[in-house]
Amino acid sequence: MKTLQYFLLLAFLGILIVAVTNLPPRGDVTAPVHQHVNPAGTVVAGTYFIQNAYKDTKTPNMVTVILADYRAFDTLGEVIVVFAGGIACFFILNVGRRKP
Amino acid sequence: MSTSNKELCSKEAAMMAPTESPIIHLASRGISPVILLIGLYVFFHGHYSPGGGFQGGVLLAAAILLLRLSLGTSLSQPIMPSWITLRLSALGALIFAGIGLVAILFGGNFLDYHYLPMPWLDPAYLRYYGILMIEVGVTITVMTTLVAIYDDLLGC
Repeated sequence: MKTLQYFLLLAFLGILIVAVTNLPPRGDVTAPVHQHVNPAGTVVAGTYFIQNAYKDTKTPNMVTVILADYRAFDTLGEVIVVFAGGIACFFILNVGRRKP
Repeated sequence: MSTSNKELCSKEAAMMAPTESPIIHLASRGISPVILLIGLYVFFHGHYSPGGGFQGGVLLAAAILLLRLSLGTSLSQPIMPSWITLRLSALGALIFAGIGLVAILFGGNFLDYHYLPMPWLDPAYLRYYGILMIEVGVTITVMTTLVAIYDDLLGC
């Protein structure tokens, strides 16, 4: 069992090394993320965000616009996760002790 | 539910602060409003600089937890009662989801701020205030959940 675990760890290490060595170099302008269109021929979403974030919302902070407007559903999920964590702590740690 | 926890949380024991040092009491009571102010600044300035609901909520929770730690649970009840924390947390998530549902009711997609019922605003500023309103929900949820987890760990 122990050797199996070591083999699994080594396999994941190999996958990680292959993945990291195949990444484009840092700051490479020809990398797909820095292109206007991605290899499939469609426009990259980030281009739209950068060009239209201020025009759409009059908010200078682009990160806030993406978090709370373009991807608000994702942020809703994060808030639900935080709330679920609080509820779980309430039910696990607080066995009928809290008085209203 | 053990009796030791009940004794710990009883009125007489909880009225006593964990520390009797006046230096710590005075310092924490002086610093806590400043942290609250910085938390509000980080929250409201999220449109213009790094910040927003999560970070502002954590700072507001830090101010309340500082009072909880230094003054004790009982003496820090007036600023944020223990019974209200999880209710406010649910309210924050409800504000967030409710704004999405309001957008659905007025004919748009879920969380499409363009359809919020405020016709006196430009469409761009409609989105601006939509972001601000959901950040209010995020802030309330994050702040009260952190305080609720601390209270649950203490068992009070």
